[in-house]
Amino acid sequence: MLKKSLTKKPEEIGEEVLKSGVRGRGGAGFPTGMKWKFLDRKSGKPIYLICNADESEPGTFKDRQIIHKDPHQLIEGMMISAFAIQAKQAFIYIRAEFFEGAKILERAILEAKEKGFCGDNILGSGYSCDLVVHRGAGAYICGEETGLIESLEGKRPNPRIKPPYFPAVLGLYQCPTIVNNVETLCNVKHIMEMGGENFSKIGKPNNTGTRIWCVSGQVKNPGYFEFECGALTLGEMIHDVCGGLLPGRSLQAVIPGGSSAKVLRADERFQGTLKDGTDFDWGIEDIPLDFDGPMAAGTMSGSGGIVIMDDTVDIVEAMANVNAFYAHESCGQCTPCREGSLWMKKITSRMCSGDAREEDADLLLSVANQIEGRTICAFGEAAAWPTQSFVTKFRKDFLAKAKSQKRKKDSMQLI
Amino acid sequence: MISTNKGETVSIVLDGEEVEVPAGINLVDAAALFKKEIPHYCYHPQLSVAGNCRMCLIEMGTPMRDRGTGEPVLNDDGTQKIGWVPKPVIGCATTVSPGMHVKTISEKVTDCREGIMEFLLVNHPLDCPICDQAGECRLQEFATDYGRGYSRYVERKNVKPKRTRLGPRVTLDDERCILCSRCIRFSQEVAKDDVLGFVDRGSYSTLSCFPGRELENNYSLNTVDICPVGALTSTDFRFKMRVWFLKELPSICAESSAGCNIMVSSREGEIHRITPRRNDDVNDSWMTDSGRLLYKQVRSDNRLLKPQVKQSESALDVAISSAFESFNGKKLAIVGSCHSTLEELYLLNHLSKATKAKKYLRGHFGEDDGILLSADRSPNLRGTLLSGFANEYPKEDLSKLNDDLKKGVVDAVLVVNEDLLDSGVEGESLLGVPVTYLGTHQNTTSNLAEIVLPTLTSFEKKGTFINRSFIAQGFASTIPSPGGLLPLTQILCRLLSLSDEESKITADFSLIWKNLSSPPKSPFKGMTFTDALRGSLQIDGSKWNNLSFVEKKALHFEPQSSVLSSK
Repeated sequence: MLKKSLTKKPEEIGEEVLKSGVRGRGGAGFPTGMKWKFLDRKSGKPIYLICNADESEPGTFKDRQIIHKDPHQLIEGMMISAFAIQAKQAFIYIRAEFFEGAKILERAILEAKEKGFCGDNILGSGYSCDLVVHRGAGAYICGEETGLIESLEGKRPNPRIKPPYFPAVLGLYQCPTIVNNVETLCNVKHIMEMGGENFSKIGKPNNTGTRIWCVSGQVKNPGYFEFECGALTLGEMIHDVCGGLLPGRSLQAVIPGGSSAKVLRADERFQGTLKDGTDFDWGIEDIPLDFDGPMAAGTMSGSGGIVIMDDTVDIVEAMANVNAFYAHESCGQCTPCREGSLWMKKITSRMCSGDAREEDADLLLSVANQIEGRTICAFGEAAAWPTQSFVTKFRKDFLAKAKSQKRKKDSMQLI
Repeated sequence: MISTNKGETVSIVLDGEEVEVPAGINLVDAAALFKKEIPHYCYHPQLSVAGNCRMCLIEMGTPMRDRGTGEPVLNDDGTQKIGWVPKPVIGCATTVSPGMHVKTISEKVTDCREGIMEFLLVNHPLDCPICDQAGECRLQEFATDYGRGYSRYVERKNVKPKRTRLGPRVTLDDERCILCSRCIRFSQEVAKDDVLGFVDRGSYSTLSCFPGRELENNYSLNTVDICPVGALTSTDFRFKMRVWFLKELPSICAESSAGCNIMVSSREGEIHRITPRRNDDVNDSWMTDSGRLLYKQVRSDNRLLKPQVKQSESALDVAISSAFESFNGKKLAIVGSCHSTLEELYLLNHLSKATKAKKYLRGHFGEDDGILLSADRSPNLRGTLLSGFANEYPKEDLSKLNDDLKKGVVDAVLVVNEDLLDSGVEGESLLGVPVTYLGTHQNTTSNLAEIVLPTLTSFEKKGTFINRSFIAQGFASTIPSPGGLLPLTQILCRLLSLSDEESKITADFSLIWKNLSSPPKSPFKGMTFTDALRGSLQIDGSKWNNLSFVEKKALHFEPQSSVLSSK
């Protein structure tokens, strides 16, 4: 496919990707073709392509599988994409913990270079693009694209302010840069193979292609599963694909798109009108697994990490766990996220250690509201949304925690 | 950053009022033009924008246009619809654009500020009673405006190092640090000495020097000035004085020809610290650490405080007339000083005319750091030229005076501030030569001088210095002078009237400036001392383009092209 793509004009590939309607698989779901269109091609500066393989959203493990099982798919997708944006240098930024994945990728790149699939004069087309693997040093924030760029430049991964530092204009080394997720770049290969038009027929309009869903938590068969977008509902995923809940348990909550997505309560109902005009009235199990379904339910499909919690889960401890993660991973650059995430962690940790107060629920909510929308990067929302949704949807659990008053010595050890 | 646009303006709507602002500036600066304060910590007009404190969050909207046609979208009443950005934006990183709507006062904005203030204080030690910054602390100020007045925080506060030595002059209290990164950006961008950074992450982030490095450059104390809180403190000033007791008066630094604008803080006549004063044409908001130490001369042990005649204390009047008698009728040599003010040099020039004296001058030169410590280590070398005292570039010694003394061309010396023996004049050349020394501090020349007339430091007198860019900067006294001493201008006037009974020249500054500006081709045309006091006056120094000034390219300074080409 690479060979065929290299005979096209770079803009034609961009057009196909735009036509395919493929949306970014990293979490935000931004149309990839659109992202490429923002690229500043006239600056005269070098253009860079970066594959974001810093998969660190709790509950997500799809990119690792692609890298482990089919690294050449990624390399091919990247080379087509690099040609489309006319990048001469491409990077795979892989998280530090994926040392096995990094080794696999490095070996795969060597193999690809031997066959002339990347590097100098790719398949005799005259187009050259070097591809290197860069390993992170262990920080969630490196998954944020401007943080990733800073890290790739060798600095602390402090996300940049936007404006003015939009990667498509001022990215890596202040040059135009495209950062795409592993799964997104793999899709580019398939788009070129079947044509944008045909690709857009997979899934549903505005939710094209397939998605890999990572199911974890208390189901019989957790794992990762690839389906057409919208081909099945959350309930079907839990019961048919994952074999249902453990015996004798009932569903309490689901986080549908990685830990930063807003949590869904088992008995919630969602009503409204979809973008295409159809009305919906869903229970939690009726939510279709695509981009727009979870969005309509007030949450997001994010990175596709579905976390199932049954009735044995202590919601406040689950919250404490999530908060501990965000407090630990906040880069510390901007005030609301830096102070707010640690404050929320301290509150929930205290609640779990037996010192819960009734006012803590409101305090948590207020702190989360003071973070959301006021930070440099989307980490603020990622840290605030779980707290906002947990506290509003499970308010009585938080209040009950305060009432129980008894000291729990065996409560989970928090970081 | 202050933009360098060519006088272009754009029209924005600031809190409902349509105003014209310079194109390219950010909203914090734009609002400030209309006396609206957008509180901020990390933003500094002379550093790059970091946007991390989030205190300057405001509401912003731009006129809406139809995406397809590009036509303006109109409200029902025919006005253009404003598309308000759903999230608040930071004023420091938002550049004004035509038709932009800005709300600096709204419920949402206040809510943002209150939220940020609370966050900044949750892990802050709140140790204002023992903090040097108290009284000039942005945290205190904005906490008054946007603080809750009580704390909702019941958890344990983070513990960080309380007294870290960052360098010889700066001590850091990490618990007070709000991680605004001003000091880091200053070190990188202005001091060009990248030694500071954050270690750890999240709320545990801690400011630190790179391993094995120290914050020891000559600009380290500027980090203390720009620290919006009490985290970076001056080791010299730490725990010495409450800032609200300090009287702050503007002055000009006398360290080098850079002519930094400074603020002198004193209490009861004693200077406690010197800080830079913003002047975007001269020193931005910076000054050297070495320049801040100059105040220590005011009360140093070797300060001359009593007039002396033949090594014994004397009344000032007696000393002045003795001085006159010592050189009257002799072949006088007058040694001027590049440390004198323009006015002093003007009078000294007249004294040399009245006494038919020969004039001598030496320069003081050192390394140029390319920022604010110029190679010319005197504040007013250009003043010696403009006052008429000198018309050539001084050498670094007075060997010519030594030769003339040996040849007997001169047989009496009046010296201002310079140490003759340190300037190539041999002791034996001075044997039997009456020396009158006018200066602030004791040196070997004052020790051998027949008459010593103590003068005042630049903190105690008024005057004008002309810096390396030919900018005349006036200054007034910032502390009272030691009892019984007169400014050099008045001593010179007395000597002048003794030398020339017809002389009508007085130490009145307005008259001196009138005389300076009256010649038809005077570079001071139309200028007064009051103008010089009020702000920087650019003087036309092109007449001296052929001189080889020693200064190198530096902050707000370009060497004259002719000088460069001649080298």
